[in-house]
Amino acid sequence: MAVTPPAGTAPLNVEALRKDFPLLTRTVHGRPIVYLDSASSALQPRSVIDAMTAYYETTHANVHRGVYATAEAATALYERARVVAGRFIGAPSPAHEIVFTKNTTESLNLVAHSWGRANLRAGDAILLTEMEHHANIVPWMILSEEIGGLDIRYIPIDGDGRLALDDLDALVDGVKLVGISAMSNVLGTIPPVARVAEAAHRAGAIVVVDGAQLVPHAPVDVTALGADFLAFSAHKTMGPTGIGVLWGRAALLDAMGPFLGGGGMILDVKLDSFRPAPPPARFEAGTPPIAEAVGLTAAIQYLSDIGIDRIRAHELALTNHALARLDEKLGADCRVFGPPAGPDRGGVMSLAYRDVHAHDLAQVLDQFGVCVRPGHHCAKPLMRKLGVQATARASLSLFSDEHDIEVLIEGLLEAGRLFG
Amino acid sequence: MADLEELYREIILDHYRSPRNRGELDSPPAHRVEGFNPLCGDEVVISMLVEDGKVADLKIAGSGCSISQSSASLMSAAVKGKPVGEVRQLISTFKGMMSIHEAALEHDHDGDGSDEPVEIDLDKLGELAALQGVVKFPVRIKCATLSWNALAQGLDEVAAEVS
Repeated sequence: MAVTPPAGTAPLNVEALRKDFPLLTRTVHGRPIVYLDSASSALQPRSVIDAMTAYYETTHANVHRGVYATAEAATALYERARVVAGRFIGAPSPAHEIVFTKNTTESLNLVAHSWGRANLRAGDAILLTEMEHHANIVPWMILSEEIGGLDIRYIPIDGDGRLALDDLDALVDGVKLVGISAMSNVLGTIPPVARVAEAAHRAGAIVVVDGAQLVPHAPVDVTALGADFLAFSAHKTMGPTGIGVLWGRAALLDAMGPFLGGGGMILDVKLDSFRPAPPPARFEAGTPPIAEAVGLTAAIQYLSDIGIDRIRAHELALTNHALARLDEKLGADCRVFGPPAGPDRGGVMSLAYRDVHAHDLAQVLDQFGVCVRPGHHCAKPLMRKLGVQATARASLSLFSDEHDIEVLIEGLLEAGRLFG
Repeated sequence: MADLEELYREIILDHYRSPRNRGELDSPPAHRVEGFNPLCGDEVVISMLVEDGKVADLKIAGSGCSISQSSASLMSAAVKGKPVGEVRQLISTFKGMMSIHEAALEHDHDGDGSDEPVEIDLDKLGELAALQGVVKFPVRIKCATLSWNALAQGLDEVAAEVS
């Protein structure tokens, strides 16, 4: 999917925006922090931290229970977060269709558990992609073991790290479900989800979208994508850890069984039976992450005030700049996985530098204050396909700038000297 | 970059660039054991020939970061030809050195690392003492101990086969 910002989008004032992030004022090993790990977890602007503190100081109570003033207020804030999160991704009916979970991983597990158990049988085929995060692979494997074997197929990636979709109709033929990441956490690839979804629907399959990487960085509309489920995490969206979002089409959610059992998800319980509550409560057993929901509201507000189009434009331009600079300064010594610079690429750059192991690269970069993620990025099938054990991943944010890229390059050169 | 130099001492880089006892022995008769770090994907494959109560021969295969691979190379040089009892002692001394940080964390409630260090006789470790810089980088301790845990497991498996 090409995510091209509208022409004439006003550029971000990054210098001013950086002041919104308290963590960016700290130093690491005597150097200013260069945070290039937002794909792993984003930093929080002051407004998110303040909103959560204010909530705890003035409002906190359990939700959906008490009738006193603060309990009513806490419930209202929690339910408002649902609407805010839903509108952010274009959900047609946010109050009904947004389920709060712990994170994207739990959201995808919820789909595998509740939709999967009700709709998949031994021998059924599902289609994933070779660039999925483990969170969109392993839950399906667990389900497969439970129900006596699913036929799990994969959309391959091509040499540029794009999905190979020439035989799309054949790939989706006979499958019940397609699970697809809207942006690869390793390659930065932004695949044409809408095109895949259209083919999937023609074949009678539903489409589960892992939105963890795309939702925080580009405009997303679940209807335009053709998603039936979409998951994302607050902590990659500049909100707090501990809360994730699952959007599902109302008709699908209505027909699904519960996920976890406990308080809050029932209509009635007798000694020998229970009746589940309607969605979304059906899928939210126990006291939910209330302060985190307040934080998520503030985070989405922050991103929306800046404008997700402008954020995408900034990160796209900086990705193009970074790829060009890496090539200019490091040449063939530095390999960046994934598609070349362009509109179907997000600000995630997985690097291999000479033959220095990713762990060693990240260790040297740390001495420069640079935070990158070394490892397999919870995408081991993809790493095998790429023929590497690990990469060092630098990922951009709205506060990233050209200076960050220069420090990254400085650190890579030092690693080359040390291990050369 | 003082910390980095302490971590990446010359001897570590030397063993990383020119690993000793590299390869695999025919198995059988050699016993083969794999070590795996699921966090970073580092892997080490040890094939070892235990004869007459000695680690008569061993070879190291696998791939990973400088710390995991140099530690495996240093280990191979240190244990090859040694009696099993001595090798087990070395494993325990080495792992003792690597757990200094953990021990400090448990004792040191201020988190300033000022607590008394655990007594480890570094002299007994010879070249292996070069890896002590790793304890300052807790995430990397697993890299350094990967091959040692695999070796211990291999010795246990060999002992179990014999008995």
